[in-house]
Amino acid sequence: MKTIADILKEIRPEFDFTTSTDFKADGMLDSFDMVTLVATLDKTYGISISGADIVPENFQNLETIAALLRKNGVQP
Amino acid sequence: MNFSFRSKRIAGILTIVPANERSFVEDMKNFNFPEARSLKLKQVMGFDKHRVVMPGVCVSDLAVAGLEHLFKNGLLDRDGFDALILVTQSPDHFMPPTSNIIQGRLNLKHDLLCMDINQGCAGFVIGLIQAFMLLEQESVRRVVLINADVLSRKTSPKDRNSYPLVGDAASITIVERDPEDSVIHTSLKMDGTRNEALMIPAGGLRLPSSPETAVLEDVGDNNLRAKDHLRMDGSAVFNFVQIEVPELIENLLAAASVPLEKVDYVLSHQANRFMLEKLADKLKLPRAKMPSNVVEHFGNSSGVTIPMVITFNLAEHLRQNRSQVILASYGVGLTWSAMLLQLGGLKFCEMIEYP
Repeated sequence: MKTIADILKEIRPEFDFTTSTDFKADGMLDSFDMVTLVATLDKTYGISISGADIVPENFQNLETIAALLRKNGVQP
Repeated sequence: MNFSFRSKRIAGILTIVPANERSFVEDMKNFNFPEARSLKLKQVMGFDKHRVVMPGVCVSDLAVAGLEHLFKNGLLDRDGFDALILVTQSPDHFMPPTSNIIQGRLNLKHDLLCMDINQGCAGFVIGLIQAFMLLEQESVRRVVLINADVLSRKTSPKDRNSYPLVGDAASITIVERDPEDSVIHTSLKMDGTRNEALMIPAGGLRLPSSPETAVLEDVGDNNLRAKDHLRMDGSAVFNFVQIEVPELIENLLAAASVPLEKVDYVLSHQANRFMLEKLADKLKLPRAKMPSNVVEHFGNSSGVTIPMVITFNLAEHLRQNRSQVILASYGVGLTWSAMLLQLGGLKFCEMIEYP
């Protein structure tokens, strides 16, 4: 199974997501990347992340994304 | 707030789309953005093709072409309606009302109430509410509701946030009394504190258009846009829809004492495929009951998208049958609204091209 970092790397190959604690502030993830990421996470883990949870705070860094996945019953 | 209307119905729907089609792949050349990322976006959001008017084409041109089609084919008598409502955010002029321009170009009778309503993506339900209220008057036998926008003319081709999804179109909906004792339930909410989420900043009297407002500015994410152009805070709008619309629909169903399982279709404003799929999931509604294929074929044409999702997907079905549907519309204002009604047995339900 791909890790969150692997999935992010596919979306934005030019960045190393393991070194940032704030993807948006560091210019690594814009709102459309977030949409692409959600679609990929939904497909990879067979879930549907709630639209109400698609907010920048939940996609700030690897830990917040992992927490969102746990909320959806996935142990990343 | 809730409304209910008795013994009113939609009798026919025509949509008019520009013949001029652009593809997302063509648009991509204007974006300062890696091609691979654009293609991923295309896949997720459902961007593919969209219809935009040729330079100089206005809302009244689409509306007049549609009405002439109905008159010519015997689908509407030119003296057979007593009110003409136009819902648009892209009028031909500040003044006079574009509805009067349409009346004049077609030389329609003087005993006709013409009215423009400034509304956008929620404009189909807003227009229907107005039409139903007018039908309470004995002197109004039938209402022609026109939704039309040519917002591609106010959108920057170098703004990846809005240009690939915008579409131009018009719809003509005939609204009349229903001989059956039917009930239409409606819920509507508005929040003007969030009015800047969808906005054209310049061109009104607060900030008149000038050479300065026409200058393209870097607005982030490599998008270029002028103050004369449509500005959409995509994240704010997305979250607004996901939080407010499911609750509104649930409240509507509760007020009408109708379970969601008894609804055949939820015909939503067509913002983009991703947003609609998330909305359907939130409502625990099978995605097939909420068609989401308009943006990929025609673009998001504001208040026209609900008529378009009907004429594109359900034309044959709704000429022959009646279905219980929810119309869900949301957008500029901010405004969100939902209407539960029996739709079907339509005299006409079709799409034509302009020119």
